[in-house]
Amino acid sequence: MATPGNKLAFDGGWGYDPAPESTDHIDVKSRYGLFINGDFVKPEKGKYFDTINPATEDKLSRVAEASAVDVDKAVKAARAAYRGPWGRMKPAERSKYIYRIARIMQERACEFSVIESLDGGKPIRESRDVDIPLAVAHFFYYAGWADKLEYAFPGRTAKSLGVAGQIIPWNFPLLMASWKIAPALACGNTVVLKPAETTPLTAMKLAEVIADAGLPPGVVNIVTGAGAAGAAIVDHPGVDKVAFTGSTNIGRMIQKSLAGTNKRYTLELGGKAANIIFADAAIDQAVEGIVNGIFFNQGHVCCAGSRLFVQESVADEVIAKLKDRMETLIVGDPLDKNTDVGAINSTMQLDKIQSYLKIGQAEGGDMHQSSCTLPNKGYWCRPTIFTGVSQSSRVVQEEIFGPVLAIQTFRKYDEALTKANNTPYGLSGGIWTDKGSKIFNMTQKIRAGVVWANTFNKFDPTSPFGGYKESGVGREGGLHGLDAYVKLGVK
Amino acid sequence: MTVTAAKKSRRLPDLSRAPVVDEVGVNERVARFQSRSIKKSSKVEALKLILSMIDLTTLEGQDTPGKVQQLCQKAIHLHDSMPGLPHVAAICVYPTMVGVAKEALADHDIKIASVATAFPSGMSALKVKLDDARMAVKAGATEIDMVISRGNFLGGDYRYVFDEIVAVKEACGDAHLKVILETGELGTLDRVRKASMLAMSAGADFIKTSTGKIQPAATMQVTLTMLQAIRDHYRDTGRMVGMKPAGGISTSKLAIHYLVMLHETLGNAWMTPEWFRFGASSLANDVLMQLLKQSTGLYQSLDYFSKD
Repeated sequence: MATPGNKLAFDGGWGYDPAPESTDHIDVKSRYGLFINGDFVKPEKGKYFDTINPATEDKLSRVAEASAVDVDKAVKAARAAYRGPWGRMKPAERSKYIYRIARIMQERACEFSVIESLDGGKPIRESRDVDIPLAVAHFFYYAGWADKLEYAFPGRTAKSLGVAGQIIPWNFPLLMASWKIAPALACGNTVVLKPAETTPLTAMKLAEVIADAGLPPGVVNIVTGAGAAGAAIVDHPGVDKVAFTGSTNIGRMIQKSLAGTNKRYTLELGGKAANIIFADAAIDQAVEGIVNGIFFNQGHVCCAGSRLFVQESVADEVIAKLKDRMETLIVGDPLDKNTDVGAINSTMQLDKIQSYLKIGQAEGGDMHQSSCTLPNKGYWCRPTIFTGVSQSSRVVQEEIFGPVLAIQTFRKYDEALTKANNTPYGLSGGIWTDKGSKIFNMTQKIRAGVVWANTFNKFDPTSPFGGYKESGVGREGGLHGLDAYVKLGVK
Repeated sequence: MTVTAAKKSRRLPDLSRAPVVDEVGVNERVARFQSRSIKKSSKVEALKLILSMIDLTTLEGQDTPGKVQQLCQKAIHLHDSMPGLPHVAAICVYPTMVGVAKEALADHDIKIASVATAFPSGMSALKVKLDDARMAVKAGATEIDMVISRGNFLGGDYRYVFDEIVAVKEACGDAHLKVILETGELGTLDRVRKASMLAMSAGADFIKTSTGKIQPAATMQVTLTMLQAIRDHYRDTGRMVGMKPAGGISTSKLAIHYLVMLHETLGNAWMTPEWFRFGASSLANDVLMQLLKQSTGLYQSLDYFSKD
């Protein structure tokens, strides 16, 4: 077995020179208004707030803080567009507009990627290879559905709902905007969208794209702001449907305030996914899956594989290999093409993660972090794993939303299943085994909306996504994603 | 360790328990290596390292002493108008050409590798293969690149393949033994992993992907699988084994991707010609062209680089 003398050395020696993506080609204005009725307008109360680069703490721009009055304007604009040109438009025409948005986004993909990384802290490799292409793919996918709704729901009629109020999080800003806007438009609705307060910039760029695509004014309105603006959208009587992605706590508040109204809603909330490695798995690839599951986007992923269950007989090997792999993760400048783990999105989130690191250690967990050096400025957290934790540990139970993995071992199949399901969440899960029957058996019994087998964090516009239990209500993506934006009737 | 002790410690592992390899996952990992951006001084450093890791190879029926002599000159004088260049690691030739190479490389610290054991098919009797290897060593080869008996391996006769490697290793004496798995004939990464384990436990100093005579030759997927086998062997036994991808690596860009993969899989200890080689015939000139471009900013015509 492994001895200390047989350790691999990854530090020193040949390294990679900085390879930063250029920021010359991007256009970020010093100030952004609210995108209402096809124009950027000043907020009624004249308030703006800073959006900063979490990797440097430098100010990037100022964006408007929407009040209830602004939200009201946006909803009214959306209503007028719904009653007017958009509502009357033939589905095939609607489809053309959505395609046009997709194509313009695709042309400006590089600019979107850089701004996404600047504003949110995620590595350019991810915004370039995952976020932006997927966001574009969602528009392309749903553009195709716009004139085919009768085939999506055979024997039924599908009518649009009206005005959709949509509130999205900061972890995948543009991607979440696309998940929300594309199906809403395809089904004939109009939209009021609020991006997260720490990551509003790509939504502002999307507003420019929407204007350039020539959408009738008011079809898509984007209002920036904090919780109060979100609440104003949820509570507005002119909103027919609320779509929210974010924390379970806020989701609960939204559900409460929607109780007793006619508003439809979908909620994509938190998660604490189990990633289960069986002894017969392809171990080296499983280790990659663990890394991809928890360190992708600094662990700011609601479906992150934040609980690892490893079968006892391979636990030592898996953990040793995971520690080696963590040493090769490059943490730093999000704009560097070689960066694997970027900056934590905000100082608030960093505080939260750090408090969990303390909790985990106080609970008796054995904490291990990669030995990388961190930049002096900005918000950073080393890739972290906890061993020696149990189902009763808070770092196992609660969503940390950071690059922190809680590792437990199991002996038997049933034990893994019981522990995996022993959580109030149920958004995703992962199984690693060479045996097909085990995959099918396990995936049927794990109570989660998405279960990956021998891979993790794979997304596609055609595939539905959503949670069980406290991870949410409703599905987004795929055919199922249309259902959230239509009223079905009998033919 | 004495030779007998080393021999005794050689044991055929239970290959039915060999780790499995997931090809989809391997492809994804390889794509990550390929997305690394290697620029400026790290690129120059990499290019020089690549040059120093090359086994400059000619393995053709039409080889002549003259051609081998020319290749040896190239090995010593890669591109003398550019100062500070290393020389390649070794010359790789057929056994009959070893003597020529030895003479041409006299006084230079360049290894002489010879393919042996009825290369490239390995379709001959053990006795013939051992004589082949001994002849090459006697003529001055310091490294022997043997091929495994793929027919026996694919037929499940691991014992035969294992014993054969042990015997060739013994015939090599002090010469280093590189064991060619000919992964293009093995078909799956699971088999590549098994063959790697088998070769390392039989005493291979290096494991090598291909003869260059079968397509596909070296791929990053196959090489990653072998590097991971080397890492696990090291973890279990403390013995380092070298790696040599061969065939099909003809551009600097691809070679740099291999270095990135080596760097992130086995770490610094393997980043030397002692533990990693490229078996290639045309890679050197492309690397030289890139190096020159790094210093002058211009690509030179290939006519400025000697073709041997």
